[in-house]
Amino acid sequence: MAKGAASNLLFHDSDWNFETLSRTYDAIETIALDELQLDVYPNQLEIISSEQMLDAYSSVGMPLMYQHWSFGKRFVFEEHLYRKGRRGLAYELVINSNPCITYLMEENTMAMQALVTAHAAFGHNHFFKNNYLFQQWTDASAILSYMEFAKKYIAKCEERYGTSEVEVILDSAHALMDQGVFRYRRPPRLSSEKERERARERLEYEEQTYSDLWRTLPPSPDGDSTKDAERDASERKKALNLPEENLLYFLEKTSLILEPWQRELLRIVRVIAQYFYPQRQTKVMNEGCATFVHYAIMNRLFDQGRISEGSMLEMLHSHSNVVFQPSFDDPRFPGINPYALGFAMMQDIQRVCTDPTSEDRDWFPEIAGSGKWRETLIDAWANHRDESFILQYLSPALIRKFRLFLLTDDAGDNYCEVASIHNERGYETIRTALARSYDVAANQSDIQVVDVDLLGDRHLRLQHNVKNGILLDEASRDATLRHVRHLWGYDVSLAGVDAETDDVLYECSTAPNSE
Amino acid sequence: MPNFIDRRLNPKDKSLGNRRRFLKRAREELKRTIKEQIKAGKIADVDAEHRVPMPERGVGEPSFQPSPATGERQYVLPGNHEFSPGDRLPKPSARGGASGKGAGTGESEDDFQFVLSRDEVLDLFFEDLELPDMVKLNLKESVAFKPRRAGFATSGSPTNINVGRTMRNSYGRRIALRRPSRADVAAIADEVAKLEAESNASGAHQKRIEALREELDKLERRRRRIAYVDPVDIRFNRFEPQPLPNASAVMFCLMDVSASMGEREKDLAKRFFVLLHLFLKRRYKRIDIVFIRHTDEAGEVDENTFFYSKQSGGTVVSTAIEEMLRIIEERYPAREWNIYAAQASDGENSAGDSDLCVSLLHRQVMRLCQYYAYVEIIDERETEIFGTTDNGTSLWRAYRTVDSEWSNFQMTRIARPSDIYPVFRKLFARQPTMQLRTERR
Repeated sequence: MAKGAASNLLFHDSDWNFETLSRTYDAIETIALDELQLDVYPNQLEIISSEQMLDAYSSVGMPLMYQHWSFGKRFVFEEHLYRKGRRGLAYELVINSNPCITYLMEENTMAMQALVTAHAAFGHNHFFKNNYLFQQWTDASAILSYMEFAKKYIAKCEERYGTSEVEVILDSAHALMDQGVFRYRRPPRLSSEKERERARERLEYEEQTYSDLWRTLPPSPDGDSTKDAERDASERKKALNLPEENLLYFLEKTSLILEPWQRELLRIVRVIAQYFYPQRQTKVMNEGCATFVHYAIMNRLFDQGRISEGSMLEMLHSHSNVVFQPSFDDPRFPGINPYALGFAMMQDIQRVCTDPTSEDRDWFPEIAGSGKWRETLIDAWANHRDESFILQYLSPALIRKFRLFLLTDDAGDNYCEVASIHNERGYETIRTALARSYDVAANQSDIQVVDVDLLGDRHLRLQHNVKNGILLDEASRDATLRHVRHLWGYDVSLAGVDAETDDVLYECSTAPNSE
Repeated sequence: MPNFIDRRLNPKDKSLGNRRRFLKRAREELKRTIKEQIKAGKIADVDAEHRVPMPERGVGEPSFQPSPATGERQYVLPGNHEFSPGDRLPKPSARGGASGKGAGTGESEDDFQFVLSRDEVLDLFFEDLELPDMVKLNLKESVAFKPRRAGFATSGSPTNINVGRTMRNSYGRRIALRRPSRADVAAIADEVAKLEAESNASGAHQKRIEALREELDKLERRRRRIAYVDPVDIRFNRFEPQPLPNASAVMFCLMDVSASMGEREKDLAKRFFVLLHLFLKRRYKRIDIVFIRHTDEAGEVDENTFFYSKQSGGTVVSTAIEEMLRIIEERYPAREWNIYAAQASDGENSAGDSDLCVSLLHRQVMRLCQYYAYVEIIDERETEIFGTTDNGTSLWRAYRTVDSEWSNFQMTRIARPSDIYPVFRKLFARQPTMQLRTERR
């Protein structure tokens, strides 16, 4: 055996064991921390089987999750795709927690395990720890204990009030999950012990202060003039902090018919929605960061002679599968691949920093030729989300490479029009349009609570600010509205108002004789 | 150094509870699907996994979704080849073609099917049959296995070591490797002791002792190195799970297919046959099903024809029984087969034929059969009239005499699925260690 030559290799064949995993991890860690200057949470790597990966899929990637039929539906769906070979399973799954938990599939070869370790345990991990969205909006050290609390709490509620009682509340809450996040206001931090304590206290307080007498209070005399009514309306709006974009939050705090435990369920769903919100805003950056990191680390390990050529080819093969971007007219085209775009942009930043063209100097005067690509990337990873990142860093060179073009689609016309292509006049427009398409807040329907008269008929009024004339799908809109009504207990109406002209485009209500 | 945790041995079915909730939610729809599949499929197929389409009602998850048919949108797409600004492209006919999103998920959900396990299928099948829980459990039980000796293995649990084999291997290996026996060692040790006792101080004598000691030492070392019983010698008894002794059974399905048997009647009859088949399947390794249909003449047919093809004519029940006897004689000798018969009819029979049936049953059939079940399918309105009395069709009245004489004859009237079970009650009440005809022989 040629021990002298081969001793530098981290592993020799495709089988892995804990010794090679750990040796490879150490080598990767050295490069990641010393050369790339990454800053990560402590890692916890867990080996799981494919069945367990399917389980993890269906519970939205969390290791702990409460029980609900919709996860069963997802499981059945994922399992079907997997068994039919339509979709492979991910090689890894990583959780934004402290310590950062990464699941590795047992079927992976050793080369894949190395790739995945670099990708998830360092790429994603660094991003989770440093990106401002995650820092501000999620609490990595508390999420696991919060999920444990949530799971136990919901199980306890099911025991006490019955599974179906809990299910109907969760069904309604899930329907509003997209409207259950704070987009602008930062949510308070949470810790599980405090949560539990608070839930208990809240219950006790409600029980102590409950008095049937309140219901018998006579209605206050009504102010007749419209001026009074208007002032009343603005006052009560102010008291309720309206308009409110977080429907779940509003219902949790204000609904008159919910029991304390039902409010707690809404809160749990809301907290989970909020926890995942930053991930949806940083898909391109997050995957790009992880892909860039694994690519850099694997190449470095190969240069050091610590990975054999065979293993390197295997890694490159799956790397190029991951960053493959089919054209729009390819039957495989699923949309823009976030891995491909993110990775290409980050490589492009490195190129601009080290080897800029004159065009790059015009477009990126601060970084072009500075040579500080590491610092630039680390800064970008920390301080951007997809929208701002693309707006800031998408270069004309990349637009040409992807041959991006902009298509406008007006539902009224029977054609789409090509608005811009990859030329001098089109770069700016394409960049802006692409950035906007990654703005989650702008792409989701903007629905807010605008008014409710708690002392009157308690009719809850929602407003949908219609942008670009994009209305809501009617069947699901009405079904969702019924869920809102279920949580609110009284009639609910939704008005679609054009964001620019303030015209009322549609109105619908759960009241039997809606106006 | 990271923290590695091996989770592979953790329980896998974390999603089972969620799956169960999902199925419960879609229960009504799944039940209908299964019912249809059972109606269309073969009797023997009930007892297996079923593929079912994704239920539609009850499992929707609505949310506020932008409607694809409205508004103005912009898409940035990769891969421009020949477009320049201002070009107009016709819209693809399917919605969402440009976004690519709708098309992707839409098409995969259309033909989406998933598999219900055998247990889940049976649960749905049993639902309105109103079987007692014990019986449900019994039916769902798979074949029992008994470990049976099957040769030897090199690994196993210590309790299964086969000492004889192990020692034989050990002996052969000791011979082959020339492990010094205890006797050899003892002989040399004796000689050394004897020489030492002689206290002869001559050089030759000392040398002899020296040589012998060395020899002794070598032997001892060799004995230590070559174990008496080495792990390679050890053999374990190997056991193979074998299904409990099961014999073969044949199930005769007899049905009147004259015009009076409509869709509803046939559906009920099918469930009756399925239940008997499930019962037999649990108990016998091999089951043949013979379908005999009759009008005024009887014939053996395949399952499809049995349930779906129409025939017109009068009704002479005895022809079916005669046909059954002929088939038993020809293919299923009663010494080798357990014979079960299930007859479904609406009770009509031509005048005078019922007595012939009864005498056939008395004289031959009941001696050959393990069990003979007769169901008379009646209208729901008729239950009130006939439910408790002995009155009824000529066939029913005639069969009463058989029923009173033979304990393995069962008959009942059914109008609803829940009426089917009573006819089998006796069958299911028997102990699992039922005496088999083949064993009695």
